Amino acid sequence: MGADAVFHVDGLRKSFGQNEVLGGISLDLFAGEVTVLMGANGAGKSTLVKIVSGVYARAAGTMRLAGKAFDPQTPAEAIRAGVVTVHQNINDGVVADLDVATNLTLDRLSGKGASLLFKPANVRAEARAVADRMGLVIDLKARVSDLSLADRQMVAIARAMAHRPKVLILDEPTSSLSSAEADRLFSLIDRLRGQGVAILYISHRMSDIRRLADRIVSMRDGIVSGVFDRKPLDYEGAVNAMLGRKIHLDKVVARSSARAVFTAEGLRLAQGSRPISMTLGAGEVVAITGLVGVGKTALAETLFGVRRPLAGTMHMDGKPYAPGSAREAIAAGVFLVAKDRAASGIVGGFNIERNISLPFLKRMSGFGVMRKRAERIAARRQIDELGIVCRSEKDELSALSGGNQQKVMVARWMSQASRLFILDEPFQGVDISARRDIAAKLRASADGRATLIFVTELDEALETADRILVMSEHTIVGEHRNDDIDLDRLLAEVAGGPLHSAA
Amino acid sequence: MSSSLAGKATARERSMTLRDYAIRYGFIVLLVGLIAYFAVAADGFASPQSAVFIFQSVAITGVLALGVTATLVVGGFDLSIGSVATSAMMAASYAMVVLEQNAIVAVIACLVIGVIVGLINGWLIVYMRVPDLLATLGMMFLLLGLQRIPTEGRSIATGMTMPDGSVANGKFSEAFLALGRHRIDFFIPNLIPVSVVVLVVLAALIWFFLEYTRFGRMMYAVGSNERAAELAGAPVKAYKIWAYVISGVFASIGGILLAARLGRGDIASGNNLLLDAVAAALIGYAVLGAAKPNAFGTAVGAVFVGVLLQGLTMMNAPYYTQDFVKGAVLVVALVFTFALSGRGKR
Repeated sequence: MGADAVFHVDGLRKSFGQNEVLGGISLDLFAGEVTVLMGANGAGKSTLVKIVSGVYARAAGTMRLAGKAFDPQTPAEAIRAGVVTVHQNINDGVVADLDVATNLTLDRLSGKGASLLFKPANVRAEARAVADRMGLVIDLKARVSDLSLADRQMVAIARAMAHRPKVLILDEPTSSLSSAEADRLFSLIDRLRGQGVAILYISHRMSDIRRLADRIVSMRDGIVSGVFDRKPLDYEGAVNAMLGRKIHLDKVVARSSARAVFTAEGLRLAQGSRPISMTLGAGEVVAITGLVGVGKTALAETLFGVRRPLAGTMHMDGKPYAPGSAREAIAAGVFLVAKDRAASGIVGGFNIERNISLPFLKRMSGFGVMRKRAERIAARRQIDELGIVCRSEKDELSALSGGNQQKVMVARWMSQASRLFILDEPFQGVDISARRDIAAKLRASADGRATLIFVTELDEALETADRILVMSEHTIVGEHRNDDIDLDRLLAEVAGGPLHSAA
Repeated sequence: MSSSLAGKATARERSMTLRDYAIRYGFIVLLVGLIAYFAVAADGFASPQSAVFIFQSVAITGVLALGVTATLVVGGFDLSIGSVATSAMMAASYAMVVLEQNAIVAVIACLVIGVIVGLINGWLIVYMRVPDLLATLGMMFLLLGLQRIPTEGRSIATGMTMPDGSVANGKFSEAFLALGRHRIDFFIPNLIPVSVVVLVVLAALIWFFLEYTRFGRMMYAVGSNERAAELAGAPVKAYKIWAYVISGVFASIGGILLAARLGRGDIASGNNLLLDAVAAALIGYAVLGAAKPNAFGTAVGAVFVGVLLQGLTMMNAPYYTQDFVKGAVLVVALVFTFALSGRGKR
C-alpha cells in the first residue's frame, strides 16, 4: 500500500501545548481518485489540512509527493510543489472586488517572473485557457462579488487548478451551496478526477460522500479510525468509525414521560425538506443527533424564535407557540444554550455573576435598578450546584477553563425555571469531567420541564438522553428509546441510507 | 464544591501584583502627581478659583464626552457630537435673536435637535447598516453645513443684519445666559458656575444609569457580545439607537452651555469640542484599570485634560503646544488600557 500513491503521509503528529491533536496519521491519496475524509469537530481534520498545505509545521512524520519528500514551509511552497487547498470559507479563495479573469490568474501577478505591468489582454487570454480546461462557463469580465456562492466556489477551484496541481484538497466545499449548485461542483470534480488529479474531499454531508467517494478515511481524536476502500463502500462503517462508541459508558436509566410539554406539527425548516413532528414530555431528556449541517442548529433556533419555520405549528402546554424573537421565547419559558459559546454566549467584559444574570435582569431589578444581592445569591447557588471551579463569582470568564465556561453558560439558563430547555452542542470544547457534571445536572434537574439537547457525537446522546431522535437532511428520520438501542439502525439513519427494515 | 469558593478573599488579595496596582491606580496617581506639581510650580494654581476655572473649562467637553461614552459602551462611536453641539448653539441663538423666543423655547429646540440627530444616527447604523464611524462622520459634515444655511454663513448676534437686509432685534434672554455665566455661592461667594453643576449632575446620572440599572448593564452586554445579548432576549437594535439618542442629547446640552457662555452664535467656535471629548472618553478607559468605557473614567479624563491645560497655561507654555500635549496624553492612556492590562490573555 502506498507504492503507487501520488501523495503519501506517514506517522504525522502535532500538538498544541499539552494537547495532542494528531497522534500519528497515515494517509494515501491516489491519482484519479476522490478520497473522502470524515471526522467530527475536533477530530483533527483541519489541523491535518493545515500541515499538508504548509500553514502549520508538523511535529513528526513524513510526507512524500510523487516519490519525493514534501516539506512545505509556507502555503506558497505547497502550492508550487503541487498540493493546492480550497478552504471552507469561499471568500478566502477569491478577491471579491476583482473580475473573474484577474482572479483566475491572480497568482501570476506576483512572484518570480511576473511582469511589472498589468496587461489586461494577456490576463484574459490566460484566464480563458484556465476556464476552458475546467469546462467553466462563466463571464470572465464579471466581478466576483456579483457572482453566486457556487460560481465563486468554481472560480476558487479553477484558480487553484491553474497551478495544475497533483493533489487538490477541498475543505467542506458544499457547506454553503444548494443541492443544484452542489451538482455543478460534483461534475467539475468528476472532470478533475478524469484528468488524474488526486482529490482529498472533506465533508460531513452523506449525500456528497455517496455521490463522490472512491475511498473513505474516518478520523477520530487525532488518529485514523477506519479506511474503507472496497466497493460497495461501507458508509455506515465509516460513520461508526467517526462517531461510534469509544469506551463503555455509564448507562442511563431511560425514563418516559406521560405529560407533553412541547409539540410541533409539520414543521418545515428548509425548502424541499420533509416536515418534522415531535412531542417532548415533562421530565424527559431528549437528544437530537445527526451529522454537521443536517439542520440541528436550524431546528434549535426555530424553537427559540430566532428563525422562522417555512411551515408548521408549535404548542407549549397546549397553547399555540409562535415566538418572533428570543425575547418572546424566553417569556414563554423556552431557554436556549446556544452553540459556540465564545461567539454567541459569553459576554467577555462580564464576570461570572453578570454572565449568569444576563437574560433575567428584569427579574433581578426594581424600577430598573439592579438588585446586586439577588444577583450574587443566584450566581453563588449556580456555582455550587454545577461545581464551577473559580475563586469567586466575580472572576472573569477568561480565567476559567473551557469546561467551566460552558458550565457558566448552562448555569445562566438554569438559574431560572424553564418549560423547555434547549442545549445546542453543550459539550463542545468541554473536558470529560465537566461534560459528566453537566449531563448529570441536566438529568437531575429535568423534572417539570422538557429538555432537548442537540449533539453530533453519539456518545454524548447515549450518555445523557432518555430518548434519541436522529436528524438527516433537515428532518427527523428516526427515534430510539435509550435502553437496548439498535446501534446499527441508528447509524444507518445518521448515514442517511435506506433503512434495513425498509429493504 | 464548597471548596471552590473557599479562600477566595486571600487568593484575590495575593494575586494583586505591582503591575495590577499600576494598571488600576496608575492614572489616578498621575493625576494627583500632576496637580501636586502644578501646585508647587505654578503660582496661584492651588486655589479654589483655579479649581473652578478648570472645571468650567472642561464642563462642555465633559458633557459631550459623557454622551459619546454611551455610544462607546454599545460598541459604537459618535463623531457628530461636536457639530451637534455647534448646531444646537446656532439653533438657540437663532431662536432667541431672530425668532425672538424665550430661553425655554431655545433650550427645547436644542434638545429636540439632539434627539432627532441621535435617532437618525441610530437608524443609519442599525437599519441602514452604515458603519458607525462613517455614519456619524457623514452626519458631522451634514450638520456643519446645515447650521450655516439659515443665516447664509453669518454668525448670530443681537443687531445682526439678516440676509434680506433687515436687522434682527431679538436678544439672548438673561435666564439663558445665566446657564453659562451665573455662579452659585459655595462657601466663597460667586464660586461655582452653573455649567459645572450641569456637568456634575449629568456625570452622576449617566454613571448611575450605566453601573446600576439593568438598561446600562444590557448596553455593556450589547457592546461586548451583541449576539449573546440578543440570544439573552435583549432588543439590541433599540439599545443601540438609544445610545445615539443619549449622545445627541448630551451634545446638544453642551451646545446650550456653549451658546450661554459666548452669548452669540459664533460659527467659528467649537472646533476642538470633538477631539477633546473623544480624548476624555478614551482616557477614561485607563482610569481604575476599567479597560472599558465608563462614566467615572470619562469624568476623570476630562478633568485630567483640564488640569493639564490650565497648568501649562499658568506656566506660560505656548498655546500651540496644547494639542500636542493632549495627543501625547491620549496615546499614553491607550497604552495603559490595551497593552499593559492585556485583559483575557493571562
